[in-house]
Amino acid sequence: MFVNKLKVSVAAGVLSTALAGVALAGGSASASASSCDTATSAAACGGMSKLIAAAKKEGVLNVITLPSNWANYGTIIKDFSKKYGIKVESYNPDGSSQDEINAVEQDKGRSSAPDVLDVGTSYATSNLNLLAPYKVATWSSIPSALKDPSGRWFDDYGGYVSIGCNTKIVTTCPTSFAQLLNPMYKNEVGINGDPTQASAAFSAVFAAALSNGGSFSNIQPGIDFFAKLNKAGNYVPGGSAATAESGTTPILIWWDYLQDSIKSTLPAWTVNIPTDASYAAYYSQAISKTAPHPAAARLWEEYLYSTTGQNLWLQGNARPVELPTIIKNGTVNKTWLAELPVAPAGTTTFPTLAQLATAKNTVAANWASAISGS
Amino acid sequence: MKTVKTFGHAATGTSTPLDVGGAARGVRTTTGALVRGLRTSAPVLPFVLYVFLGLGIPTLVIVNLAFRSDAGHLTMSNIHAITSGGQYLTGFETSLKLALVTSLVPGILGTFLAYAISTSRFETMKRLVASASGVLANFGGVNLAFMFVATIGAVGVVTSWLAALGLNPWNHGFSLYKFWGVAIVYMYFQVPLMVLVVTPALHGLRPAWREAAENLGASRWRYWRHVGIPVLMPSVLGSMFLLFGSGFSAYATAEALTGGTIALTPIQIGAYLQGNVISGEENIGYALGFGMVVLMLLSVIGYTLMQRRSSKWLR
Amino acid sequence: MASIGTVFEAEGLVDHEFPMVPDGGNRRYRIRWGRGLILLLAGAYFLIPIYAALKFSLQNIDGKFSLSPITAIPSQPGLGAAFFLSVRLAIVTMVITMLLMVPTVIYVHLKMPRFRRVMEVVTILPIVIPPIVLILGVLHAAPLWLKSSPYLLSLVYVILAMPFVYRSLDSGLGALDVKTLVEASRSLGAGWIATIWRVLVPNLRAAILSATVLTVALVLGEFTMASLDLWETLPVWIVDFDQTNAHISTAVAMLSLIGTWVLLTLIISLDRPRSGKLRRNRTS
Repeated sequence: MFVNKLKVSVAAGVLSTALAGVALAGGSASASASSCDTATSAAACGGMSKLIAAAKKEGVLNVITLPSNWANYGTIIKDFSKKYGIKVESYNPDGSSQDEINAVEQDKGRSSAPDVLDVGTSYATSNLNLLAPYKVATWSSIPSALKDPSGRWFDDYGGYVSIGCNTKIVTTCPTSFAQLLNPMYKNEVGINGDPTQASAAFSAVFAAALSNGGSFSNIQPGIDFFAKLNKAGNYVPGGSAATAESGTTPILIWWDYLQDSIKSTLPAWTVNIPTDASYAAYYSQAISKTAPHPAAARLWEEYLYSTTGQNLWLQGNARPVELPTIIKNGTVNKTWLAELPVAPAGTTTFPTLAQLATAKNTVAANWASAISGS
Repeated sequence: MKTVKTFGHAATGTSTPLDVGGAARGVRTTTGALVRGLRTSAPVLPFVLYVFLGLGIPTLVIVNLAFRSDAGHLTMSNIHAITSGGQYLTGFETSLKLALVTSLVPGILGTFLAYAISTSRFETMKRLVASASGVLANFGGVNLAFMFVATIGAVGVVTSWLAALGLNPWNHGFSLYKFWGVAIVYMYFQVPLMVLVVTPALHGLRPAWREAAENLGASRWRYWRHVGIPVLMPSVLGSMFLLFGSGFSAYATAEALTGGTIALTPIQIGAYLQGNVISGEENIGYALGFGMVVLMLLSVIGYTLMQRRSSKWLR
Repeated sequence: MASIGTVFEAEGLVDHEFPMVPDGGNRRYRIRWGRGLILLLAGAYFLIPIYAALKFSLQNIDGKFSLSPITAIPSQPGLGAAFFLSVRLAIVTMVITMLLMVPTVIYVHLKMPRFRRVMEVVTILPIVIPPIVLILGVLHAAPLWLKSSPYLLSLVYVILAMPFVYRSLDSGLGALDVKTLVEASRSLGAGWIATIWRVLVPNLRAAILSATVLTVALVLGEFTMASLDLWETLPVWIVDFDQTNAHISTAVAMLSLIGTWVLLTLIISLDRPRSGKLRRNRTS
């Protein structure tokens, strides 16, 4: 009995040492894996190969509010999934930026909580405490005005406000905001939804302001323009891709890269960036601090900001944030670059976050009364 | 109440101290009354508990958030914003008006429709209509808006039929995107809702009463005035109140249809809690939701007065 | 009178709601036309928009009709799972609603009539709070283990269905003489459960059916809360299915409308057929 106990304890001792040895080795492996979970860059966690391994181990990535025909996300998701063998779960594709923030806050701890976000920039800046800092390998190629210094958010792609037009129904397509007031466009002009809720619609109002004597600090002329458009009988509320396709709004003001989705069902759809107002905006990427799959989230960002990812956005007719760099490096896909709508000459300027906030509140206060009072 | 208990006791042959005797004793002692009160209300406890957990707590959360700033401090600024901002007050007013219109008109039409259906012989039709009412009462949002745009929009199917007859409503001032256009679209789910909730009440109108009235020489109008309407009125008013609540809070349909061009409170809430433009001001959305609850509770007063007045008038 | 009456009866033109008063039959015809007109107008109002939507969705760009948007649907991945999730949620919601509401409303009618007003006000609240606000409030308050289960949605749907269920049951009970029924049943020795199950519920058939239809339709049609709670129920699947093409997404929406309609009709038809019975269940 004593001998057996001795044998057992010796065996146990040997086993525990062996286990300790394994544990230590496993410990160091898990130490680098967990550091990939909270790493602020791929280098910090041991390099891309370690990141890929950690991400593959997680095996799943939760994305949210990414429609498949929005800036080519359908292809991007498929390609990422195939390349790394990680399953991408796409939740609530029709959702909004606020939905993403709500999901991060409310679904903390659930396996279906979002890992990465693609939101309007102000949503990222209003919720910095929810975001994990991370700098992708190509961090330096992102202009400093378009990213958070500590890496909590960074712009991804964007486009210009454009006027799309169904050439089968509309004989002469408008190319400027001023032309929209022409009586021949009666009951034809729409924007994509509600400017207090849809960023493309809000941007349309801002663009209209710029073309009517307004500025980044004064959006009221844009609201007045649409009131005038409504009074003339040209404006149709509740516009969307569906109403464009059904002929209810044969003229639709929308982001240039999204007008593509109408073109795929309606070959006669043409897109023009208005000559009297150029307004552009970027969206922003962010990683959730409470992401259930943090390594996969970081790998996703690395993928998006690689040449492949940036070019795939370009294929979706969006302008990726690193476009100037990849053009200079010659790694840009020239065919897709040629398909972009012609951008206005000169450098594009953007309103500051403060100007945006003022403009949004002005629209929220005055939009309904302006239109219904007209 | 006592009769039932006596029967019960006669059947079982026992008597429990708190019942018959307690009825006499308990009147004098407040503890007795309290215990009796608790015993009487005990069976509704599951309901009360469920409502407290499932509705009460979320409502308290919403009320709490309505009084918090984004940083989490207690503040009246949200309430101040929604009671002084022109667009919010307009929103409340228009929402209430829309709720009133879409409870009265579909309420009356729905009652007639429900009556027409429930007095029909065709069992299959009754079933089809009942299930259709259930489906349509829950239908709404983008699809409903799109359906109506495809029907009576500027290039809609019915519009083109009417235009061929020279009666294009759009040329005569009609707009699907204004108040009355929205009301017409709301009828699509309000009328079926009315049909569905008022039909059980119609079953309470016994044919025997009609026959009795006829035999006593009453005309159709007198039957309805003295028998039919008084019997149905409480249920009809209650159902219309339900429609009022439904019309007040309907969001997706109005948003998809009007694109925010009419100030409605649910749309404004959507801008703060579900939007892509205004960030970091969710608590105003919660404050607006709190405002809706307050307005609804105030409407209960109006509803109660209406119930009382109608019962007096019909006597 | 008897011969005229039987002739009309045989041809199904007479409604037994209206007694045989000798007036030459004019009044009956007027009633018939009045009802027919109401039904016709209602039918037009409800069916024409569906036709308009279908016309758009099945029409290609070049104006040709094709059923391809619809035939593509059953083979899509995820539809079966989404459908069965919705069905499970509907069943759970139904069971909880009925177990909770039927005894409560009966008891309130019997013993606590003043509580009815409280119930009326309380059950109107879920319909007044916009769904987005309510689900955010629920998600704020619910514990994680509950949020990780789809049946949290069922629990919330019970609250959402309460206004309709209460209103139906209240109307149905108001039409009965509950006190007499209960007294009669209890005096014959039946316990409470037997009284409810075998006396009251059969008399509440119309109300319970109404409530069932509304609850099931609610669960099968509710989108906002399910999508914010990140569960792929049928309505969520339908919206996620195709946003790339307005024709397809409209076709799918119409199909789900008609499909739910058929499903609900089948559910109602499971009820004992009352063919041959022209009068509804009554106690008198």
